[in-house]
Amino acid sequence: MATTTEALSSPRRYETGILKWLTATNHKNIGILYLVTSFVFFIVGGVEALLIRLQLGAPNNTLLSPEVYNQIFTMHGTTMIFLFAMPILIGFGNYLVPLMIGARDMAFPRLNQLSYWMFLFGGLLMYSSFLLGGAPDAGWFAYAPLTGAQFSQTHGMDFWALGIILMGLGSTVGAINFIVTILNMRAPGMTFFRMPLFVWQMLVTTFLILFAIPSLTVDAILLFLGRNFGAPFYVASQGGDPLLWQHLFWFFGHPEVYVLILPAFGIISEVMPVFSRKPIFGYGAIVYSGIAIGFLGFSVWAHHMFAVGLDPVADAVFSADSMIIAVPTSIKIFNWIATMWGGKINFKAPLLFAVGFIAMFIIGGLSGVSLAVVPIDFQVEDTYFVVAHLHYVLFGGTVFAIFSGIFYWFPKATGRLLDDRLGKWQFWIMFAGFNLTFFPMHILGLLGMPRRIYTYGSGLGWDTWNLIETVGAFIVVVAIMIFLWNLYASLRGGSIAGNDPWDGQTLEWTTTSPPPAYNFAVIPNVHSRRPFWEQKYPRTLREKTASPGPVAQQEAHSAIELPEGSFNPVVVAAGLLIASFGLIYAAWLVVVLGVGVVFTGIVGWVREPR
Amino acid sequence: MFSSRVIPTRRVVPVLVLLSMILTGCAGLPPTLLPASFDARVIFNLTMVTFGIATVVFVVVEGILIYSAIRFSRRTSEGLPKQVEGNTRLEIAWTLAPAIVLAIVYVLSIQALRSVAYQPSTSSGAGDTSQALHVRVIGHQWWWEFDYPDLHIVTANEMHVPEGAVVNLDVESVDVIHSYWVPQLGGKIDAIPGRVNHTWFRAAQAGTYHGQCAEFCGVEHADMRLDAVVEMPDRFQAWVEGQQAPVAQMTGDAAKGEQVFMTGSCVACHTIDGTQALGKVGPNLTHFASRQVFAGGVLDNTPQNLAQWLADPQKVKPGNLMPNLHLTQAQIDELVAFVASLK
Repeated sequence: MATTTEALSSPRRYETGILKWLTATNHKNIGILYLVTSFVFFIVGGVEALLIRLQLGAPNNTLLSPEVYNQIFTMHGTTMIFLFAMPILIGFGNYLVPLMIGARDMAFPRLNQLSYWMFLFGGLLMYSSFLLGGAPDAGWFAYAPLTGAQFSQTHGMDFWALGIILMGLGSTVGAINFIVTILNMRAPGMTFFRMPLFVWQMLVTTFLILFAIPSLTVDAILLFLGRNFGAPFYVASQGGDPLLWQHLFWFFGHPEVYVLILPAFGIISEVMPVFSRKPIFGYGAIVYSGIAIGFLGFSVWAHHMFAVGLDPVADAVFSADSMIIAVPTSIKIFNWIATMWGGKINFKAPLLFAVGFIAMFIIGGLSGVSLAVVPIDFQVEDTYFVVAHLHYVLFGGTVFAIFSGIFYWFPKATGRLLDDRLGKWQFWIMFAGFNLTFFPMHILGLLGMPRRIYTYGSGLGWDTWNLIETVGAFIVVVAIMIFLWNLYASLRGGSIAGNDPWDGQTLEWTTTSPPPAYNFAVIPNVHSRRPFWEQKYPRTLREKTASPGPVAQQEAHSAIELPEGSFNPVVVAAGLLIASFGLIYAAWLVVVLGVGVVFTGIVGWVREPR
Repeated sequence: MFSSRVIPTRRVVPVLVLLSMILTGCAGLPPTLLPASFDARVIFNLTMVTFGIATVVFVVVEGILIYSAIRFSRRTSEGLPKQVEGNTRLEIAWTLAPAIVLAIVYVLSIQALRSVAYQPSTSSGAGDTSQALHVRVIGHQWWWEFDYPDLHIVTANEMHVPEGAVVNLDVESVDVIHSYWVPQLGGKIDAIPGRVNHTWFRAAQAGTYHGQCAEFCGVEHADMRLDAVVEMPDRFQAWVEGQQAPVAQMTGDAAKGEQVFMTGSCVACHTIDGTQALGKVGPNLTHFASRQVFAGGVLDNTPQNLAQWLADPQKVKPGNLMPNLHLTQAQIDELVAFVASLK
């Protein structure tokens, strides 16, 4: 063992301070960078949401000018999707996937680092537009031709397009990294059907990212070419078609919804069994339904476009596909409930958030099915009904799951428990505030209130509901404040968690909290779906997939290979950022400089020892 | 040891709060929800059926969820429950159950889609299409133009149609994507540059129905509204005749205002039939005084509002395409008198 521990100290370069984070290649450090950065963006996007709610709290309000309102709602959507929900889930994946599959790191640690910095720089690029003449103002969906140079005259949409391209490339290479990691780096004995369900959902998610995001990247490139070089892709009068944007956008946009929900399904599928002290009910069904959602997710995009005047037959087909997706989703819900059924439920905050997730996701699913009904969609599309639906899915769904995951894995990452009582307070306050904010939006949509309007007249029956929603939004703020306090207090003096505070079932609980850089001193051998549970309760294990017996031990005594810290991926990402600024302002020397920096980074990267 | 059958009240109260919230939310339909055309009724009925099914599913599934969360809650962690991994029959059942419910909803939705998407043929008794009215609906940043090609009428922000007749709409846009929508008369259809989209409706009840652009279209998207005025056929006929009448001879202040209008920059953007004002950027003003609203349906058509608008359109509706013309008070008064005479 002595030789092993000696090898462990190899990545010795920067152990603390800003350089540690700047050069971080370890999956856990990058995971923490993702989680913290995206949570900061969550707060920023939340402030934007509050501005929206303040403006809409009363009819004919003049708090925000229409120009400012349009920038705020555009950046709220863009932030919450691209800078919060997606990267925070990638952050969970980064931190957890190698731990859960018994690996020491991601397959390509420096590529992982590049993904993070491209995400961060893409986000900063977009936000710099607020200081440089105006933020994007055509909605996160950025429908052509409103985004064209003729109608959007600030540089806002250029910042948006290049930010999207940077983040898009970052997530695409990140997706490849996850896929390779999950396919190739599982511990001995961890077959596909012994992988934790979170890992399964991440695998499907990253395939979705791999095939969906390039569609958006292409869309954004065409947009940038159109705005700056007169390319007529989306200009009808020059032979282009505004609907080309929408098809490319939603071919990305709908799979993106599953990118944001499948990892949440994964979190729930980890939390439910642990706190019910049972195995997950119907492991296979959850895996296959996740895969089914992944495939079907690519065949429903036009349900965002029922009002563009498609042929009714096309509408009917996309409607059918959209409804079929509700079947695998329902299967998961029933499986989670059945996991609790007959269990001995330990009702801690992670489970409370998980049950809240299911309860709210059901509502989002039901409104989603209603939206898939074409004639109903003709009425409620582009109204607050859709806003209600998407927030029940992404806030009631994804955000509740994220908090479930934070409460569940925080002790693993920090060694300290978050306060459970405060967590429960946060849950109930957030639950009340969330429903007050978003449930009335269903009603407003049915009352004919369109989305994306900066004001409305009185006397339409919309006033009271809007006021209730604004109050609800501030109740959510209280819940978030409680969480931030909990975070602060627990980091300073939370109770020590130990390796396994929840009686966990999967590999991440076998190592220390926080885990060492190398995760496991000895790569574990896996004999079942619940490798840790199997160690703790050998007699209760009745899984058919379990195959006790020796598995090759070749890893046990080999030297531990860990990546060294590196600056080069950061240099590459910074070069792309510089080149982006050059492109926006048509400063070609800056573009050349940026490309030079990228090249320097690549050369340095190639010449690194390993 | 606590008995597992005692349901702790502190867990039940929030559940009750949620349920009562949802129930009160559904009670009492406001008038804006009531459909006023035949296809809006089809959609309304379908919506109610779908929501009814959704409510049943909601109650059943949330009920099972909450029950199992409470029923199997334990305060001690002693002993392990039975380690059940699945049950194939059960899982097949809960795969089939949603599939069957969805199939029912789908069949209902396709029936409704057919009757909404396809106009009734002349042979069916649903509507006399020989009397069909043809209207071009043209979206502009940020107002609606209504062109009745067969009647040679062009108007803005206010669409008049007769009760009971089939109205065929050709929906177009001159700039960005808009979406035509009058909720009580039916579903929305996008106005897309370079395309002509078709929809139709048949109003069942006279009245004025509020509508609004439903696709985000820029700065003043919120202030791109319209009124659909459904009238009895004889009143509609009277409206048509009024709109077809030539512009009257102006006298007094109105004549002075006409002078200001025709010699100023107004004619670059506005049309008044039978005059040299042929601009196409802004609304056709031929019978402006007959309209109830203006400026994209945001302002009531009163002399005070008009004067305010002419003094500085950017102050009233920031971002709209009409610049501040820096008119004198006298010019404003004369212009108000002029357009108020365009009956």
